[in-house]
Amino acid sequence: MESKGNSFDKQHVLQELRHYLPAQAPLKDFVHHNTLHAFQGLNFFEALLESSTIFGYKTALSLKEFRTLFQQRKISRRILERIIIDKKGDSQALIWSNKVHHAQYEETQCPRIGALRNTWKEAYKIDLDSMVHPVLFRILCSYLDQGISIWNFPGEKKSLLDALRELEKNSFTSFFRTQRARALLLDESVTLELLLGLLVGDESLFEQYIFDQQFEHPGWSGMVSTIETNPSTLLDSRNCSLADLIFFECLLEIDVLDNHFGEIWAPISEKMISRPTALFAPVAKTELSDVLQIWQEAYEWTFYDQVLAGISSAKPSDEKIDKSFQAFFCIDDRECSIRRYVEATDERAETVGTPGHFNLDFYFQPEHGKFHTKVCPMPVQPKFLIKETNKASKLKTDVHFNQKTHGLLVGWVLTHTFGFWSALRLFLSVFRPSDSPSAVSAAKHMDKNSILSYENQAENDREGDLQIGYTIPEMTDRLEGLLRSTGIVDHFAPLVYFVGHGASSVNNTHYAGYDCGACSGRPGSVNARVISAIANNPEVRRLLATRGIVIPETTQFCGALHDTSKDEILFYDIEVLDSSHRIAHEKNVATFVKALDLNAQERSRRFMNIDSSMEASKVHQLVKKRTVSLFEPRPELNHATNAICVIGRRELTKAISLDRRSFLNSYDYRIDLDGKLLLGILNAAAPVCGGINLEYYFSRVDNQKLGAGTKLPHNVMGLIGVANGIDGDLRTGLPNQMIEVHDPIRMFIVVEHFPSAVLETIQRNASTYEWFKNEWLKLVVRHPESGAFYVFSDGKFNHYTGFETTVPCLDDVREIPTLGAENLPIYSIKTA
Amino acid sequence: MEKMIVLFIIIPLVGFMISLVVPSRKENVISFVSVSTISLQLIAAIGFSFFWLWNHHHLIDLKEFSVYKATDYDFYIQFYFDRITLVFLLIGVLLTLLITVYSRYYMHRESGYKRFFNVILFFYLGYNIVVFAGNLETLFIGWEILGISSFLLIAFYRDRYLPVKNAVKVFSIYRIGDVGLILAMWLSHHLWLTNISFSRLNDYSLVHEQLSHHTLIGVVISLCVLVSATAKSAQLPFSSWLPRAMEGPTPSSAIFYGSLSVHMGVFILMRTFHFWEHQLSIRFLIGFVGAATSVVATLTARVQSSVKSQIAYASIAQIGLIFIEVAAGWEVFALIHVAGNAFLRTYQLLVSPSVVSYKIREQFYNFVPRSKTIEDSFPKRIENTLYLMSLKEWSLDSLMYQFLWNPLKRFGNKLNFLHFKTVFLIVIPVYVVGIVLLANRSALDPLLVNYLPGIFALIGLVLVMKAFTERTSVRLSWLLVILNHFWIALAISFNEHFDVVHILLYLSGVVLSGTIGFLGIYRLKNQEGKLDMNRFQGHVYEHPKIALVFLLACLGLAGFPITPTFLGEDLIFSHIHENQFFLALFVALSFIMDGLALIRIYARVFLGPHSKTYHQVAKRSS
Repeated sequence: MESKGNSFDKQHVLQELRHYLPAQAPLKDFVHHNTLHAFQGLNFFEALLESSTIFGYKTALSLKEFRTLFQQRKISRRILERIIIDKKGDSQALIWSNKVHHAQYEETQCPRIGALRNTWKEAYKIDLDSMVHPVLFRILCSYLDQGISIWNFPGEKKSLLDALRELEKNSFTSFFRTQRARALLLDESVTLELLLGLLVGDESLFEQYIFDQQFEHPGWSGMVSTIETNPSTLLDSRNCSLADLIFFECLLEIDVLDNHFGEIWAPISEKMISRPTALFAPVAKTELSDVLQIWQEAYEWTFYDQVLAGISSAKPSDEKIDKSFQAFFCIDDRECSIRRYVEATDERAETVGTPGHFNLDFYFQPEHGKFHTKVCPMPVQPKFLIKETNKASKLKTDVHFNQKTHGLLVGWVLTHTFGFWSALRLFLSVFRPSDSPSAVSAAKHMDKNSILSYENQAENDREGDLQIGYTIPEMTDRLEGLLRSTGIVDHFAPLVYFVGHGASSVNNTHYAGYDCGACSGRPGSVNARVISAIANNPEVRRLLATRGIVIPETTQFCGALHDTSKDEILFYDIEVLDSSHRIAHEKNVATFVKALDLNAQERSRRFMNIDSSMEASKVHQLVKKRTVSLFEPRPELNHATNAICVIGRRELTKAISLDRRSFLNSYDYRIDLDGKLLLGILNAAAPVCGGINLEYYFSRVDNQKLGAGTKLPHNVMGLIGVANGIDGDLRTGLPNQMIEVHDPIRMFIVVEHFPSAVLETIQRNASTYEWFKNEWLKLVVRHPESGAFYVFSDGKFNHYTGFETTVPCLDDVREIPTLGAENLPIYSIKTA
Repeated sequence: MEKMIVLFIIIPLVGFMISLVVPSRKENVISFVSVSTISLQLIAAIGFSFFWLWNHHHLIDLKEFSVYKATDYDFYIQFYFDRITLVFLLIGVLLTLLITVYSRYYMHRESGYKRFFNVILFFYLGYNIVVFAGNLETLFIGWEILGISSFLLIAFYRDRYLPVKNAVKVFSIYRIGDVGLILAMWLSHHLWLTNISFSRLNDYSLVHEQLSHHTLIGVVISLCVLVSATAKSAQLPFSSWLPRAMEGPTPSSAIFYGSLSVHMGVFILMRTFHFWEHQLSIRFLIGFVGAATSVVATLTARVQSSVKSQIAYASIAQIGLIFIEVAAGWEVFALIHVAGNAFLRTYQLLVSPSVVSYKIREQFYNFVPRSKTIEDSFPKRIENTLYLMSLKEWSLDSLMYQFLWNPLKRFGNKLNFLHFKTVFLIVIPVYVVGIVLLANRSALDPLLVNYLPGIFALIGLVLVMKAFTERTSVRLSWLLVILNHFWIALAISFNEHFDVVHILLYLSGVVLSGTIGFLGIYRLKNQEGKLDMNRFQGHVYEHPKIALVFLLACLGLAGFPITPTFLGEDLIFSHIHENQFFLALFVALSFIMDGLALIRIYARVFLGPHSKTYHQVAKRSS
């Protein structure tokens, strides 16, 4: 069984390792992604079982939690019964029903990962990690540090190993306690295989050993692997590699062992009690995993069924009313409720949903900015650059972050003087929180009055390989794509707003996750301004008309930014509006302001320490205060509770309340019978909505291993990640404060189109199809003519018969804030 | 009006008691109790400060009441108020108030909300007892409370490995500080033949007269106080505990390790200033410790790449300077420095999560490739060496292992032949022999009588060392700690001041807590099957009530002021003669090791990642 042949292929193992390690970027580029992306080639439930067996993750709620949900009637009895019958057949239903409700199972995890390296503890009685980790993390963090330390790692521009060698060679002290490890580092001909030979012995176990070793600190290993793959994610770049990390860690282990036993210890394969199960050996299904799957699906369908009942109560009409204005919002679930309030406040207003980069692909460079920042979806590689000039505001500074306060003598002077100013600041920030330089504010992303170089001036108007601004045809392409994909190609209102969104918070290390996902974790203000300017451009309009979309001269566009935490809105370039539009705009501003008050009030429903029954504007003030309060770990709840994505006309969802749980993408199948535009939408929606949803899902079901735990003790490491205390591993995933109200259910995508067309469409792109085929996203199609629903499973669409036929009705959307802090059912809303 | 200063102890005590009985789901009530307790204290503090300043700010020395009195022994609680008290009172009450209000929102929905405020109030009570203490005995009560509450707050996230490990680590360093204080108490007892109040230290002629006869004792007392101060204020060679203490929620780290707790070492130096002010060598030594620490800590701070450890080392460096100021006798200057440092570091820690967005933004606009630092002008080899040394925190953490814990462990391992049953077979018979010897003391060779107490105390110490290093049996470890107390009692009984009441007083708490602890261990064992000491088992997850009772038993057995044993321990020392230095040392070490062994048992059995993994359990490295 022990093959001693040349079985270890380093490059292959590294590639495998990279595949399974967390792929979370440094904090500044935090973007939601599927935590278990490595298992996406498997069916969702198989992936849950495999990852849990191999890596010891908890991948679903516990049996107890499910059973409690059932008792609380959050899982429907009828749906549960049907799922049992569907899966197990009529004859087995009773037996399985008993298992689901009453059987006891061993839920203890004995993961395969770590079994081999556990031999150090069992057979050698040595706690290797406790002696290796603190040193390793500290060195790694100092090497990667982006600006916390004052005195930086000597030779940080070299590769990790070279920098370490240089330091080791040129000093009177050493990283190591023993001579052999030192010699092995300094001898450049030493290979990783040699070190593993010392530690592991049997070559066929090398791979498993490396997995065990690296998955003892997945945070740091994942970070190194991410930086290695994408070095530009660091402003101050580093040449680090997973191979170097493993090499150095092996050396530290040898050092500890040598120090403890002398150089005579035997490799692990000679002392292990039995050969551990290979990590990726086939995983057998268990009864428990079946039971959990039944519960999970019942939990999901209890909610999905309501959603479908709500949608079927809608009666889309073709009536074209005389619109007062149109507003394009991001599809983001946080914009779900504000759209409802805008429409409720002004019944002639129409809202539209589309990804918040507004079909633009460019890098943005603020004035004085030393770098470009991407403001379109992560996978897109833009070829355009838009620069900001004429910026008025200056960067504000705060001496508390100044490194000089950590110096001896300057610190001495500062503590005697400035220390008392700190006391005052502390007092004010506790009793009267207000904006400060330490706060992140969406509005600061771009100066309101600056000039954007969105128009390309000449062929050689470039910077490096990026073209500055767009040409007229390029602008037209983007505008056309945007309008067609949302189905807004005629009947333009006199004023059309493009509303990007961003968030504000303070003391929030995960701030990038709060901004617009479609803009790579940045506020969407620049995109909103640029797309409005494009749409106002007469040449673009002329060209667009030749392509069949006529924007009347009476229509004007205006960009805006919605701050989702403060619930404030900021309009850009109002001066380009002519006087009649200006008057109309003023009226619309009032609509927005009122809608924002109501929206803030609805959000406050979830904030325990705000009394939501107060007047909306007063509640809004309290909600705003949260975003500048140092002591507020939840400035907003971000995407928590997200569960649905509706791709279709607004009429489907206009008369129902989806409780801020839905992504809403406007789309009109009538102008896209062949599904071409739909494919574009799904190509973006599947990874973006799926990524957000699954990151929330996994952070919720295992907040300790797949999430970041509570954020309250977090310590910032090298500006790239957070850890607990000073010598912990980097924490990946979402902190508890972001997911505690989230219900772990998969994203439910509802598309309005013909099932055959959708089936054909999703198969056109393999990577998009994978999301649906493997059921990481649930897909349902609403037949536009019959109104019937078809659920996608096993590669085809099956007709769905719902349980609920009606949903409860609300007289007025303004009742919502008073309905308590829990998740709400789907309501239909009476329209006046 | 002067009597009012008792209020500053009573208010936090009452607040703490009330907070214990509030149901843990009532977040609002818990935080209301905490905030109003501290607010009340603030009002009282401001009022009293005005009164005191108005009345020519003379010293207040209040002998409150005797806890226990016997012939030539009087344990009394005493309070004291001078400008040092005033400054520490105001810093303490202001920061604690801000932090409690802050945490009211910050801790919302966190499991352990109640525990957090309980511990904050407990800590605050201890802080006030220390600050107002009029003699070393009173101060020591507060000192112990600070130690325990620190442990509980560092291990606040008790279901993870690192917080618990670091909490035990920090607690051990605190215990080293406690040895210093215990020995100082014992020696000053013999120096003055009574409890010495801080007010009498101000009496130059009195101090001078005593010290001129007992120069050596004077120096040793000063050294003991210095060790204590150095440990508590994270000066060399103990500095490495401070950054490791930053495991709790950020506001608790801010107040404990950014400001109040870490300045307690400075406080005790200031408090005893008049005692050592004429010992020039001691003043130089304090200045030297401060200077060395400030240099080393500054270098270390410069290479820190995590924001909290950077602030921690920067703070240690400033405290080093404060040590120099205190040694130089610049009291006012040092007080201002303490206040400024406390405020600055507290605020810096509180805003520390903002450092990401702030610095990234700053870099985005002002990025210049790393500028040269001053170290770049050193020869390369020196620079690298300094860098590496600083990165390794000057090996301070590993030195603790190398010179303290590892030898202890090795020694403990030598006693592996001891098992629960062999203890009954060996140790107890030997003890009986000891008692027989005691009964026939008069018939023994006086020389032997001279040595016996030391020998018995040493046996006790050996036993507790085994308790501290025991890796398998919980009950063995527990039993050894109990036996340790009995051996000490036996040892002391050989001194001619034998007083059966004193011994009973001492052992009553031991027996009570010991029994409760055993019951807890057996109950848990019945339900869980196997307990061991080799790793953390986290049983608090399923058995929070047993954990609480067991913690109280540990505290009782460790001589914490909840049972008469506390008093007994002090009494024991009053019976150790001035010339029995080794006996005193063994007994003091025993007490320290008791505390360590007990906290270790508690931590291993009840804290850390739960041994059952049917629910979410964090990785060990997180």
